[in-house]
Amino acid sequence: MNTTKQTDPTTPRTYEKATSDWPFIAILWTIGGFYVLMIVAMLVADATYTTPQNFLDLLGSEEIRYSIKLSLITCTLSAALSLWVSVPIGYLLSHYDFRGKALVDAVLDIPIVLPPLVIGLSLLILFQTDIGQSIQYGFPLNLIFPEGVTYEIPSIVLAQFMVACAFAVRTMRVTFDQINPRQEQVALTLGCRRSQAFWLVVLPEARRGMLTAVTLAWARSLGEFGPILIFSGATRLHTEVLPTTVFLELSVGNIEAAVAVSLVMVAAAVAVLILVRLYGRVDRPITRLNRP
Amino acid sequence: MIRVEQLSVRAGEFALDDVSFVVPTGKYGVLMGRTGSGKTTVLEAICGLKPVVRGRILLDDRDVTKLKPGQRGIGFVPQEGALFSTMTVREHLAFSLVIRKWAKDQIRSRIEELADLLGIEHLLTRHPQGLSGGERQRVALGRALASRPNVLCLDEPLSALDDETREEMCALLRSVGERTGVTALHITHNVGESERLADTVFVLRDGRIEEREDTSRLVRLDDDNSPATTERRA
Repeated sequence: MNTTKQTDPTTPRTYEKATSDWPFIAILWTIGGFYVLMIVAMLVADATYTTPQNFLDLLGSEEIRYSIKLSLITCTLSAALSLWVSVPIGYLLSHYDFRGKALVDAVLDIPIVLPPLVIGLSLLILFQTDIGQSIQYGFPLNLIFPEGVTYEIPSIVLAQFMVACAFAVRTMRVTFDQINPRQEQVALTLGCRRSQAFWLVVLPEARRGMLTAVTLAWARSLGEFGPILIFSGATRLHTEVLPTTVFLELSVGNIEAAVAVSLVMVAAAVAVLILVRLYGRVDRPITRLNRP
Repeated sequence: MIRVEQLSVRAGEFALDDVSFVVPTGKYGVLMGRTGSGKTTVLEAICGLKPVVRGRILLDDRDVTKLKPGQRGIGFVPQEGALFSTMTVREHLAFSLVIRKWAKDQIRSRIEELADLLGIEHLLTRHPQGLSGGERQRVALGRALASRPNVLCLDEPLSALDDETREEMCALLRSVGERTGVTALHITHNVGESERLADTVFVLRDGRIEEREDTSRLVRLDDDNSPATTERRA
């Protein structure tokens, strides 16, 4: 059999020339490798900037301990709120078609695309209006937060939640989209009410997506700075969360302390990434863990 | 008995009008048709998963057209099982019984009975992830039969199986039909499957039902597809 003979006129005789793929592969590796190395180099630079002893001493300061504690509490609250809100929204978007759905879908993306400072400013303005004032100083919020919301600790949770929840909603939408609707339908034929099918079948199926959503929301909240700066202020030992500490330490030239606090956030972000990679099943929702 | 009278269903752009057929009590009905002919839509309407525009659905002379899926007394076996990934096989079999608030010992004995009927005793503690295609369909069948429905609806339950497993499952479905006396409606586009299983065959073509009891003629009809061999019965 003569394999070099051209039987098909559309096949050019280039077998001999097409020998080496390495330039192509090398370019891919060079471009990709450069970016990956930059990421790792950034973190290594942070980690080697200060000695471990110095790091621990700095973390012992009252302000930093306060901001770590406040960050952990507010992130956990805003992540929990985000999950609570994103599950019904994600389910509704995934399961129901309604008039104006595309519009609602677009509105839900606003916190993701809006500049963070604008979100903070918008919250501030909202709470200055008559309606905003009556919400923050009226019943029942006045019983829980007598000091109001703006420039107080609740404003941190709200600022974090407004952005984090949008990411959680995207994640839950994808999660519910991926669940076979037949499972829920079978549950209905087996005697479930809609609510029973949701609690007993759909939610357990969505557990990995929920874990991903809550960890992403948590990480998103941890890095939140712009909205908090504007809506909550940057008062030491009051509305000071970890990004605020980095900002305040940098502004007085204390770079070592800023780096030490940054390392705490890096560690938290890495932990979240590992958690999501281990348990998350959702296909790459938009993640912006380190937006300033 | 499954009696569908002048059923009209809409699903987006797709519409079925004036579909009627009857599967007598205890018989095994097979509904055939090409992809996109609307056979799954008919099944979904019977199960209460698609709203009916016009017409009636009667199960054992009970008009279920307006009833919710869970009130119809139907067991539904979807394509590829759609098992619950978080539950064990035992929990699948118990699911509808727990929902319907059966007593614990009743549930236990019913699970044993089903596991024996379907040959899945050794799988009870397993999760669906580790099961083979045939095993999954057995579990889906057990889950559907658990609360002793009078009607069983199967949507291409054997389509994802290899030939050997399909043969086994056909034999199983036949014996389940005989032992439980359930009235079945089985959707497939596989002629062999309908030959093995059917007491009555319906073909859904261009939105109309053609009933044939002699499945061997159906094979010819599907092969040459000539209108001359098509006999429509109302």
